[in-house]
Amino acid sequence: MTHCAHTNILILGAGPAGLAAAGAAATSGRSVTLVDDNSCPGGQIWRMRPGGQSQASPLASALARSPHVQIHQGTRCVWVAGSHQVMLDAEQGGWLQTFDQLIICSGARELLLPFPGWTLPGVTGVGGLQALIKSGVSVKGQRIVIAGSGPLLLASARTAQQAGATIVRVAEQAAAASLARAAIGLWRWPNKLQQAVTLFTPVHRPNCQVLEATGTQKVEGVRLRQGKREHHLACDRVACGFGLVPNTEVAQALGLTPQAHQGIAVNDLQQTQLTHVFAAGECTGIGGAEKAWVEGEIAGLAASGQWELAQKKRAERARWHAFARHMQRNWPADHSATAAAMKPDTLVCRCEDIPAAELADCTGWIEAKLHTRCGMGPCQGKVCGTAAATLWGWQPPPVGQLMHPCRIGSLANIPCRHGPASSTAGS
Amino acid sequence: MTHMITLEIDGHGQTVEDGITVLAALSQTGIGCTRLSITGQPRSALCGMGICQECRVAVDGLRRLACQTLVKSGMRVRTLSGGA
Amino acid sequence: MGYPHLKRDADTIVVGAGIVGAACAHALAAAGQSVLVLDDRRGGATAAGMGHLVVMDDNPAELALSVTSLRMWKQWQTLLPQACAWHGCGTLWLASDDSEIQTAIDKQARLHEAGVPSELLSAADLRTREPALRTGLAGGLKVAGDAAVYAPNVVNWLMEAGDPATRIRFRQATVSALEAPSVRLSDGTVLNAQAVVLANGVHAARLCPDLPIRAKKGQLAITDRYPGLVHHQLVELGYVNSAHHATGASVAFNVQPRPTGQLLIGSSREFDDTSNHVNVDLMARMLRRAMDYLPGLTDCNATRLWTGLRAATPDSLPILGPHPSHAGLWLAVGHEGLGVTTAPASAHIVTALMTGAACDIEPTPYLAQRFAQPYTRHDTHDHT
Repeated sequence: MTHCAHTNILILGAGPAGLAAAGAAATSGRSVTLVDDNSCPGGQIWRMRPGGQSQASPLASALARSPHVQIHQGTRCVWVAGSHQVMLDAEQGGWLQTFDQLIICSGARELLLPFPGWTLPGVTGVGGLQALIKSGVSVKGQRIVIAGSGPLLLASARTAQQAGATIVRVAEQAAAASLARAAIGLWRWPNKLQQAVTLFTPVHRPNCQVLEATGTQKVEGVRLRQGKREHHLACDRVACGFGLVPNTEVAQALGLTPQAHQGIAVNDLQQTQLTHVFAAGECTGIGGAEKAWVEGEIAGLAASGQWELAQKKRAERARWHAFARHMQRNWPADHSATAAAMKPDTLVCRCEDIPAAELADCTGWIEAKLHTRCGMGPCQGKVCGTAAATLWGWQPPPVGQLMHPCRIGSLANIPCRHGPASSTAGS
Repeated sequence: MTHMITLEIDGHGQTVEDGITVLAALSQTGIGCTRLSITGQPRSALCGMGICQECRVAVDGLRRLACQTLVKSGMRVRTLSGGA
Repeated sequence: MGYPHLKRDADTIVVGAGIVGAACAHALAAAGQSVLVLDDRRGGATAAGMGHLVVMDDNPAELALSVTSLRMWKQWQTLLPQACAWHGCGTLWLASDDSEIQTAIDKQARLHEAGVPSELLSAADLRTREPALRTGLAGGLKVAGDAAVYAPNVVNWLMEAGDPATRIRFRQATVSALEAPSVRLSDGTVLNAQAVVLANGVHAARLCPDLPIRAKKGQLAITDRYPGLVHHQLVELGYVNSAHHATGASVAFNVQPRPTGQLLIGSSREFDDTSNHVNVDLMARMLRRAMDYLPGLTDCNATRLWTGLRAATPDSLPILGPHPSHAGLWLAVGHEGLGVTTAPASAHIVTALMTGAACDIEPTPYLAQRFAQPYTRHDTHDHT
């Protein structure tokens, strides 16, 4: 087993941005290594199964045939070991990967906020439900309530419906007026407008808040408040999420400092403050697959020295940035109702079973860590930290050096004298 | 024509479609819970994308995320109880 | 120096709210003093370390300090809240060959003389008591009285326990200069007291450059929960040799089972790198050593890696007592890897010297004088 490897261009993430970056960089003749933690390329939005198809397939197949491109699925970056080296971990073991240029395409995760009963089996995120269905979980004949806020609700409802589920309700927290404002402005992006229209469903209700998921061993129903009225719906699954949050851990570990829940800062050639590090896609700011694609192309071209071609894409980039700004401005992100629905025994840290009551007297992470085990479990605060930042304004905990649980055997097999022995970043 | 494989889940042989995740296999065989929390609550996947760690199970002796692990013929899967 | 005509902020100011500073504050408050503790809340060795309560016998002074201190810990044990996670796991010193068995026998004799019981274990005993250990180890020495504790929460308890009338006050602040018995904060404020206790670990030399303290960096890894895998704190007897290298980086096997079932894996030593970045190669070496003793560790998941800086003195003994030349300045620093173990006894010694009370342990080996040219002291001791 190789303990270390070198590549010219390392790309983390094979969603739309990473695939586009790999495709653009591959034409340069430089060596490209594309790494992704799922079993197949496509990220979240183009998720597919082995032997399956998605919008990712044509490019993924082409890349697989390209002599300059190595693809490692089922592989994640667990550790930034230096400015030009990371530790990658896969089922067969880990290795130190050194690189000349890095393109971070780490995408986004869902904003998952605590509510009473959210820990019951059968309660998932909205994107989480889509991911489950696309990976083979059957929802045929199941009654599902989709809740929270954001454009993902309708897309997820459609996926579930096509998979044979009955969507009992799409409970959107935002008010009808806000949604109308968001929809009206979509005329500038006709394909988005068409998407919105086709995804519309009669069970959609705005101004609808999740109060509680009910059940004992698993979810059996959900209590909702619409306007001033509360009601209870029986269901087999509750999918609740509040939009997307950029994944910026690798950038933080490199010493770049994205603001809490903002994306990685880049210039219009997708370059970060570190000249050899680029970032593209949802990790630079939420904006959808089209934004991710063009940013990936730009990053791949720029990282491989194809600057003129990269610059030609700026107009298209600007178009999708305008779309991202439109959605951000017009889709409200008010979570006070969620904060109010929490009860003292609502768990905030799921890894360590810490209820809200234990955190009530804490004003931030320093105090929380002084008095509880909040954030000390395997997710290392990725879920509860994001929730606390959103609901209470807590500064998120600093990213640990190990960015995901990793087999000790993998960590132990990593001596490497190969590649640039750069000084470590981010002390 | 879907290719089927057999694997062992919590000591029982199960036949499932090839190419699905271990989480999907658990769900298809009626197991709705991947682990017990440290206070003994049943838990299952939340985020579906390798972040929340709720779908930790033991796969051939290694602790792995069911939502990101594909099934393989002969695999031995154990859901986690006892506060893991 | 000092500003005797100005209002006093406390009888004693303690710089540093790690385990040693908190223990000093607790002891001084128990002696009737009003205490103000200052800390910048960046976290130091107390937050980073293992919290291993262990009798160490590398030299008589270390043995005396750790034995006395562990006796004091046992008195605290029943008073500590649940959150301090006292774990009476004992230490199992491991011998990999016959020469290390002899080391174990000698160790047992020294501990016995100091009143600490221990039990020699055969290879067969190891298999029963710690089945996860690899076969082929020669045996070991079990010290049942050793334990582990979650030191940051002990700090909380120390700062809050005791008579409310003599409550210890805490202020988050950065001390920029010592003007004993006053201190100057980074915002320019001057706080006045009758005495200042310096207990800020590896940062002590910044405020008091004549202190012979050097940072010795350590790395740790912690796993997900694997309850029942390991029962005792496990340390290789060869630890002694690797811990005292003056130069270069070294690793030794040291694993602690946490009450949660997580395994805390150490240990490593490096000089001269004070960044908080984990050294890839050294971590790999440390983990391979751990896997060598505990093969099952290979397939466990680590969830976090971190570093800490130990404050090391040239003879690996802490510096406790009056500063040789700065009147009003008292020292409780340089505890290297034994700060948690020796905190109560350190606090006892410093408090006794400050107040003139009886001291249960001979303080000479720990005095700062042992390093320097002879200093002249102007005051024999401060008084309350």
